[in-house]
Amino acid sequence: MANLLSIVTFLPALAALILAVLLRGDDAAANRNAKWLALFATSATFLISLVILVQFDPNDTGFQMVEARPWMLGLQYKLGVDGISVLFVMLTTFIMPLAIAASWTVETRVKEYMIAFLILETLILGVFMSLDLVLFYVFFEAGLIPMFLIIGIWGGANRIYASFKFFLYTFLGSVLMLVAMVAMIADAQTSDIEVMLTHPFSYAGFDLLGIHIVGGAQTLMFLAFFASFAVKMPMWPVHTWLPDAHVQAPTAGSVVLAAILLKLGGYGFLRFSLPMFPIGSEVIGPLVLWLSAIAIVYTSLVALVQDDMKKLIAYSSVAHMGYVTMGIFSVNQQGLDGAIFQMLSHGFISAALFLCVGVIYDRMHTRDIDAYGGLVNRMPAYALIFLLFTMANVGLPGTSGFIGEFLTLVGIFQVNTWVAVIATSGVILSAAYALWLYRRVVMGDLIKESLRTISDMTLRERAIFAPLVVMTLLLGVYPALILDVIGPSVEALLGHVNMALDAAGHGTGDVRLAADH
Amino acid sequence: MMSADLATLAPEIVIALYAMAALVFAVYTRKDALAGSLLWVTAAVFVAVAVYLGFGRDTTTEAFGGLVVDDSFARFAKVIILLSAAAVLVMGQGYLAGRGLLRFEYPALIALAVVGMMVMVSAKNLMTLYMGLELQSLSLYVVASMRRDSLRSTEAGMKYFVLGALSSGLLLYGSSLVYGFAGTTQFDGIIAAAQGQAPLGLLFGLVFVASGLAFKVSAVPFHMWTPDVYEGSPAPVTAFFATAPKVAAVALFARVMHDAFGGIVGDWQQIVALLSLLSMFWGAIAAIGQTNIKRLLAYSSIAHMGFALMGLASGTEFGVSAMLIYMAIYVTMNVGTFAFVMLLERDGQLVTDISALHMYAMQAPGKALAVLALFFSLAGVPPFLGFFGKLYVLRAAYDGGLAWLAIAGVIASVIGAYYYLRIVYFMYFGKEQDDPIPSGGTLVNQGLVTGCGIAMLGGVLVLYYVEIPALAAAISLVQ
Repeated sequence: MANLLSIVTFLPALAALILAVLLRGDDAAANRNAKWLALFATSATFLISLVILVQFDPNDTGFQMVEARPWMLGLQYKLGVDGISVLFVMLTTFIMPLAIAASWTVETRVKEYMIAFLILETLILGVFMSLDLVLFYVFFEAGLIPMFLIIGIWGGANRIYASFKFFLYTFLGSVLMLVAMVAMIADAQTSDIEVMLTHPFSYAGFDLLGIHIVGGAQTLMFLAFFASFAVKMPMWPVHTWLPDAHVQAPTAGSVVLAAILLKLGGYGFLRFSLPMFPIGSEVIGPLVLWLSAIAIVYTSLVALVQDDMKKLIAYSSVAHMGYVTMGIFSVNQQGLDGAIFQMLSHGFISAALFLCVGVIYDRMHTRDIDAYGGLVNRMPAYALIFLLFTMANVGLPGTSGFIGEFLTLVGIFQVNTWVAVIATSGVILSAAYALWLYRRVVMGDLIKESLRTISDMTLRERAIFAPLVVMTLLLGVYPALILDVIGPSVEALLGHVNMALDAAGHGTGDVRLAADH
Repeated sequence: MMSADLATLAPEIVIALYAMAALVFAVYTRKDALAGSLLWVTAAVFVAVAVYLGFGRDTTTEAFGGLVVDDSFARFAKVIILLSAAAVLVMGQGYLAGRGLLRFEYPALIALAVVGMMVMVSAKNLMTLYMGLELQSLSLYVVASMRRDSLRSTEAGMKYFVLGALSSGLLLYGSSLVYGFAGTTQFDGIIAAAQGQAPLGLLFGLVFVASGLAFKVSAVPFHMWTPDVYEGSPAPVTAFFATAPKVAAVALFARVMHDAFGGIVGDWQQIVALLSLLSMFWGAIAAIGQTNIKRLLAYSSIAHMGFALMGLASGTEFGVSAMLIYMAIYVTMNVGTFAFVMLLERDGQLVTDISALHMYAMQAPGKALAVLALFFSLAGVPPFLGFFGKLYVLRAAYDGGLAWLAIAGVIASVIGAYYYLRIVYFMYFGKEQDDPIPSGGTLVNQGLVTGCGIAMLGGVLVLYYVEIPALAAAISLVQ
């Protein structure tokens, strides 16, 4: 199959088109058909994407299964995967069927709901596979449209505010990146990411409006990309859209947002910022490390005082993404491995946590922590699953959450001990807010009148959690599953970055001084 | 010699003769009863001439001693003008007929305006330029106030006339200064006189000419007439204002700047860049408070003109091609959007308040989806066509050394995204309303909305085929 990647990418969109054109009516049967078709399409996408994983050769650090066709403006339609992107593709195809299955209880505008999610899957897959700068941007930005509609149409009470905030915040971040991309294309005379990865962008310092720019064009481009990826990530202090978007999004929307969309920023750092602007990363990197440390502690503290479950988990996501940026910008094997591992593991854990909230929200229609308590008495299976993912979120050894946090901390410790110390305190804080949440919701006596008749999880709900449980535990005890795939590519990436830094004078002294000569 | 000159101008002559013949024929036969069929015939003539211009010619010829030129730049602009005029003509039929406004003068006046625009983009001389401009403007003053018993419509026509006359005055004054200092009204002569360091008087002339042209493209700060005229004119006329004359004015702007003042790019670049910057920001900011969809689209078109001028401001060949592509995309978006505006009827009255759009997606899911594509495209969100238009001009601006303008442009586009998003929000998750707009409208308009909506996505695949002629057009303009 020469165009395997295109098939995987556009299969969900094709299903969406079929839904839009062929499915008529608004009755129960039509709704059921829409759900089954969406589930079928996303599952088929997952199964076909397994072929990508099987065909993928981890020891080849270049791009594999590449397909390229010319496009206008000298651009290309070019797709391909390498060790860094292939697992994100898998994560996406893995989470989507679960998100669809978790939406089985949606009753309003089901057809449009499924179309939005299918289109979203195509766009996200496109982001991870694009090997053309503008094609990447197209997929990256287009994802805002379905997400805007998902939050706006199926969201909660304050959905309009949240959808606008989500869209405009992320749009503002991205347009600056667009200008930087235009500058990069003009410099490299191509928009091919494969070529750009080895193109040396200028790093000679210059003065702009009287300010001396250390690292020159690379620093400016890094900042422009940073504006976009930091918002997507989201990093402190531009994270404020996330809690609003999460709280108002429907359960499946939160799952996709937390498990997949948040990974776009980290992926962007790995694919663009680090390899393309190594000098820029060197100049701004320390700042990013401190921002990450602040994010970990600050958002963990904020999470402690939340009384809305989804908001609490959203803040915890921001904290966990802090470990990711910290790992990436420690620029060593452990840090990068840990960052990718943390992103993938957070994909499973955060998806599961939002699903946990969804389970009780479907029953009680409130996310208020105070409305619950003592659920273990009537929902033992739920209590067990929630406990497992709470522990994984805390980073308990044996779960995948531990590996990611530990590796990033090992990575940062070699670079900046102070940041490492501050970030480690975040591990304790995460235990505090996660366990306290668990205690308030699940433990104690069942004294609330409204909870007397609450029922335990149905078979459908258990089936959704099963693959997530397996993945979390499996990766927790056998992390080589991921590390073996990403390792060689990360090593090649680091080799390239260090070579560029050496060339800029890293070996002889401070790169910031050397960059000016 | 004479016959060769006439052959060069054949398309303009054909349409001019057709307009006069149609006028006379209708007067002596059944008058307004004929208007409907006349309208379709006019549109067909436009399309036929556009096809001829698009495929039938590929050389650069000058006529009448260099007064007019027929090059690929002029042809590219003319094809867009003709096709958009044809589309706007047919989409207005149902609306005009329903209000008793379908007079036989309407297609004839539009045809004359189109002739004026074609002369404008072909002009190689300040006199030809002015003649084309006035023919266009005079026809448009009349159609703006076509609804004679409506205060708003006559006010729109009056405002358009007074401010249009003022801008013509500025243009003429500038032209006279240019003539005085260059010694000729021929573009070839002006460019020879203005190389490197131009005399101060010529620069004054340039500023006045540019101001006059800025009026016509409705660039800030010469935009004040636009919202009022858009709001007051009947919807089909507004649609026309937003499409063909804008293309003609922008093309004329590029023609004058490159053909007449191509030797002093650095001087006019600052003017155009400033116009572009102000238009993008004011168009985006002022639209936020609008509740009337026609006024909103007026500000939207101001912002879009800012982006088109960004391509011109770069002063390069690629910049001109980017500008042309932007205009082609802009026209497609606006044809679709205005076809949609005319669909918004309740009890035979046009509903212009945007709050009427609440939950439109429940009434007409298909059309709402097409409009969603159109508005996201207007906002410049990928993967829609409008994004690629912006990409072209941003690239042109960056290549032309105007990185600051590119950065300002994208920030303005984020501000502008807000009010486009608001329309989408109304349509998809606004408030439930008791008296929703019925899904209806003429077949032509429904087809145009859907077609343009699909083009927003499908156009991405065929944009390559617009890029080649646009680049050829730019090469023929910028020597």
